[in-house]
Amino acid sequence: MSATRTPRTGRPTSRPGRAAAHRLALLESMLRVRRFEERCVELYSAARIRGFMHLYIGEEAVAAGVNEALTDEDAVVSTYREHGHALARGVPAEAIMAEMFGKVTGCSRGRGGSMHLFDVSRRFYGGNAIVGGGLPLAAGLALADRMTDRDRVTCCFFGDGAFAEGEFHETANLAALWGLPLLLVCENNLYAMGTALARHQAQTDLALRAAGYGMVAWAVDGMDVLAVEEAARRAAEGVRAGGGPHFLEMRTYRFRAHSMYDSDRYRDKTEIEQWKERDPVEGLARRLREAGELSDEARTALEDRLAAEIDAAVRAADQAPEEPIEDLLKYVTSPVKASRP
Amino acid sequence: MTTTHSRTAGPAGSSEPTAPAAPAARKTTYREAMREAMREAMRADERVFLMGEDVGRYGGCFGVSLGLLEEFGPERVRDAPLSESAFVGTGIGAALAGLRPIVEIMTVNFSLLALDQILNNAATLLHMSGGQLPVPLVIRMTTGAGRQLAAQHSHSLENWYAHIPGLRVLAPATLTDARCVLAPALADPDPVLIFEHGSLYNVSGDLPADPGPVDLDHAAVRRPGTDVSLITYGGSLPKALAAADDLAADGIGAEVVDLRTLRPLDDATVGGSVARTHRAVVVDEGWRTGSLAAEISARLTEQHFYDLDAPVERVCSAEVPMPYARRLEQAALPQADAITAAARRTLGEVGEEPG
Repeated sequence: MSATRTPRTGRPTSRPGRAAAHRLALLESMLRVRRFEERCVELYSAARIRGFMHLYIGEEAVAAGVNEALTDEDAVVSTYREHGHALARGVPAEAIMAEMFGKVTGCSRGRGGSMHLFDVSRRFYGGNAIVGGGLPLAAGLALADRMTDRDRVTCCFFGDGAFAEGEFHETANLAALWGLPLLLVCENNLYAMGTALARHQAQTDLALRAAGYGMVAWAVDGMDVLAVEEAARRAAEGVRAGGGPHFLEMRTYRFRAHSMYDSDRYRDKTEIEQWKERDPVEGLARRLREAGELSDEARTALEDRLAAEIDAAVRAADQAPEEPIEDLLKYVTSPVKASRP
Repeated sequence: MTTTHSRTAGPAGSSEPTAPAAPAARKTTYREAMREAMREAMRADERVFLMGEDVGRYGGCFGVSLGLLEEFGPERVRDAPLSESAFVGTGIGAALAGLRPIVEIMTVNFSLLALDQILNNAATLLHMSGGQLPVPLVIRMTTGAGRQLAAQHSHSLENWYAHIPGLRVLAPATLTDARCVLAPALADPDPVLIFEHGSLYNVSGDLPADPGPVDLDHAAVRRPGTDVSLITYGGSLPKALAAADDLAADGIGAEVVDLRTLRPLDDATVGGSVARTHRAVVVDEGWRTGSLAAEISARLTEQHFYDLDAPVERVCSAEVPMPYARRLEQAALPQADAITAAARRTLGEVGEEPG
């Protein structure tokens, strides 16, 4: 199967054809995540995928939009809810599916599962299941770029729950103090697992608090991919211009439960329905249809293409071999030790 | 099973382990040797930098990095905010991106604030990523008691780290090791933790002109002997050597094995010594329960059961948070006389003359 890299269309221009194509590419990027995860739910129910699995459905605009502001040389550090970030970054669906099937062709050779997707060739540094744990690591990637004069941005995704972790505050201070080229993207989906934002934060305006560290920070409508992209581009440009870390609070919402184990008792069903009216995928599709940029035929063709891509990914993952037991201890330490004099 | 060991207060071991003085040997201290190793590494490789609390202007909380800021500047001798988790994690990220950071943490007790980064990222990323992310990071920290710093600055938790697959854990105990373990640690593609016992910094002695290289894969026999093996590391090495002196006065030949690398353990050197002496005393400043001494004792039982003429003895710290008062602190720590007594018990158990 060929790699399913999201088409990177570059900066939208005023030319209507290019701009429309760009919007279609954003739709495709979000829809790929949506359809991929819907298939994951089926496979989880069929016990083909095990462990903890956290769905991004409802939040797709953030991954798709932010990715447009990043180049291949930039780095991405993510969370355990990272299928969307990985797909948007161009990690092949097949490699992600194989990982969740625990296969050797998985993007972490079956060692990581859903929460630990890695692809160094795309500078995708995972896949961190300790809330806030990726933030210091992202600061280090950014510090290395600063110290070696490389013009690169490190983008770190994390949730509103991470705002209660010391690692966020330690990293925010250190990154601002040292002016690191870091793009901090907080996906505020209003719940730290089952605890509502107002029940875990004394001050719920997260951008305001980030600004307190001396960073440029603002809140964005995370359900509007075009708004996300525009904000991410501005922030990334600010970082590239030497403006130090920038912080974006993406106000978003997950439509599904926290994980496959979550019975979602802590949210009001009408709240979920209200947010679904602002579905980022269907919202953009509707706008494109109304603007005459997406015909019913084109939508059907896109759906068919993504379904075929995901079918192929599932088939390949299904047929892929498992790592032999003899390799259980592989990758605990590096194969060639340089310690011996 | 209850085992009672008397641990009477006594003077800390003063015997100074050094390599035999070569003609061009020169006087130095453990602290200076460590500093020299960092200076050499930073001169040799511009990817190497030092980061931690007060490593720059202050010169390191124990003075190890004094003068390095002046030579290498604030980019490469980087004073960090008091954010252990953030600056250790930053070291991990910088290592992933091709640099060779040396991160200094003031004491092992403070390293617990960075335990998440050390365990969940540094030790784990290589495996969790299916081999994509080696972390060539060196973390140095002070460990151990003996300076009346009480219960939040004095513990010996290196065996917690030695429990973790993916890490290499070092405990340089001699001037030569202080001078020579850093270079191979930096050359290691995986994370290396270096534990520097606080009581060793002021130890002075002769450093050979050409002391290296040091083999991180092997323990070192610091003193040969045929009657009993004293197996130890770090700040307990001088005490074990002092005990060996005492035993020698009574005609008992104690072999002193310095583990040097706490993970992975060098079973061959430890086992080889016990196969010769048939008796073992493990000296470890950690608490006895779940200690490194327990691990070594278990391995000796697994691998050398029929070589042993007596049960393996352990001399560890008393199971108490380290007290401040000198008399109490010294009573809580392994001491030379307790080591000597344990060695005698291994000989007394079989009721034979040593030989």
